[in-house]
Amino acid sequence: MAFAAFSSTAPPPTTAPPPTTAPSTDPAARRRSPVALFLLLPGILYLVLFFLTPLVSLLLTSFQAPREFGDIGQYDYAFRWQNYVEVVTTYWPHIVRSFSYALAATFFALLISYPLAYFIGVKARKWPLLQSLMLVLVIAPFFISFLLRTLAWKQLFSDESFVVQTLKALSLMAPEAHVTGTAFSVIFGLTYNFIPFMTLPLYTTLERLDVRYLEAGSDLYASPFHVFRKVTIPLSMPGIVAGTLLTFIPAAGDYINASRDFLGGTGTQMMGNVIETNFLVLQNFPAAAALSIILMTVILVIVSIYVKRSGTEELL
Amino acid sequence: MKLSLGKWLLPAYSALALLFLMIPIGYTFVYSFNDSLKSNITWQGFTLDKWRGVCNVQNGAVCQAFGNSLFIGVVATVIATTFGTMIAIAIVRYRFKFRSQTSLLLFLPMATPEVVLGAGLAAQFLSVGVPKDMLTIILAHTMFCISFVVVTVKARVASLDPALEEAGRDLYGSAAQVFARITFPLLLPGILAAALLSFALSFDDFIITNFNSGAVSTFPKYIYISAARGIPAEANVLASAVFIIAIIVVVTVQVAGAAKARRLARLS
Repeated sequence: MAFAAFSSTAPPPTTAPPPTTAPSTDPAARRRSPVALFLLLPGILYLVLFFLTPLVSLLLTSFQAPREFGDIGQYDYAFRWQNYVEVVTTYWPHIVRSFSYALAATFFALLISYPLAYFIGVKARKWPLLQSLMLVLVIAPFFISFLLRTLAWKQLFSDESFVVQTLKALSLMAPEAHVTGTAFSVIFGLTYNFIPFMTLPLYTTLERLDVRYLEAGSDLYASPFHVFRKVTIPLSMPGIVAGTLLTFIPAAGDYINASRDFLGGTGTQMMGNVIETNFLVLQNFPAAAALSIILMTVILVIVSIYVKRSGTEELL
Repeated sequence: MKLSLGKWLLPAYSALALLFLMIPIGYTFVYSFNDSLKSNITWQGFTLDKWRGVCNVQNGAVCQAFGNSLFIGVVATVIATTFGTMIAIAIVRYRFKFRSQTSLLLFLPMATPEVVLGAGLAAQFLSVGVPKDMLTIILAHTMFCISFVVVTVKARVASLDPALEEAGRDLYGSAAQVFARITFPLLLPGILAAALLSFALSFDDFIITNFNSGAVSTFPKYIYISAARGIPAEANVLASAVFIIAIIVVVTVQVAGAAKARRLARLS
């Protein structure tokens, strides 16, 4: 799968090893040895036990039926496929909202991040110090609590805040209107929180972009726009794919931004919110499990189609 | 005129975008000095009291949660970094069966939304009858950190010249000596980067923790629960302190790396 697409993003760029000149071990040189089994076994077993079996658990739970004469939260293993019909009919607005909010946030994050990543990766090459300073600033939000960051926006957007008061005083906003609790503020929060996830992979591909290709394009009388569309974008495709996936996947499952105590309201609840409520509050485990399975399946389908269509299959 | 506009547009835009990213950080930092009572929403005046007595509020509930997060982060990081590094070495250096299945198993946790990972583990703990406490949080955090460690360390292993280890073996170094004296020191920067990433992921995780923590509080969980009734400024103090320490670490690593690169450049 898109393993390589992610690998370019995972190391924080500031601490990532410098690209050394040492040759990478080519597959032919790999040895077969019992040592491999010893190295792989603990971690792989761990993932089987705490990643794979939980998914199976989740699938089994999603078909559970309520126990006859049982208390709330008591279920028995069964094949109650109606659970799926029920969650879809009850929660279809949340399902639609999750994917449309995530799509919008991904779009805005790409729009905001691309020029920034282009400047850091291409234009700032001449000044390595500026380049690393800007990268530190891009990842700086990671160093402060995700929840506090989101709450800061909530307070900046609250009705008593300077921002909202000013907008209202200038009649740019209706006096009875709110910012928090709207689709706008949830998408805004998602966009803000995932910009670093978008910028970093874009930066890694743009940093390696050979500017001679761009010069060749202009030498052949292509307009700057044409060079950008026909040369820069295709060459930075791996970064675009990795960045959009790293934004879209967590955004679709997020429930902090959409939560009522943060940037959301009753009309902006996403799938994550209903999964949380069903699991932790209502103890309706089968409904939460069925929704989780739907979320994961849709994401996996979208990811595989997207990766195929964008022509970055060689990354898999 | 047109030329100078084009020349300045991108830098100006980038500066604005970075400024935008800094707004909530600045807000959190400034409000750690707010002389507020229970909730920290409106500005009441400047004070250093919150920094001086961070643990005084609510019988130290914030500090307790913060301590739990540190402990969980350290334990999960140690386990995940060990397992992940071993896998990374195996993937780059060895041939083995089920290679593509292994890659898929390592990729999937990163492509699964956290809410699904959290609910899945919680469903498993529920069906097996494991009570949720500190241990279940550590088990959950270790799980999602392993894949990130593998991708980070893998890059470092791939850039390692096998000839260096061969030279060690030629000089009659035992397998253990070659690993301890050559392989491990060369991999160390990658391993440290992976450990830092893993700690950061664990420390700031809320979604998976929320499903698997039971009554145990962590720093993000404390903030989530307090969000409804107002967060004390002490939480801002702790978050700001973590931010400052992290920035110092990152800048030090950067400066040290740049100095090393310059020394190497002078040698060659």
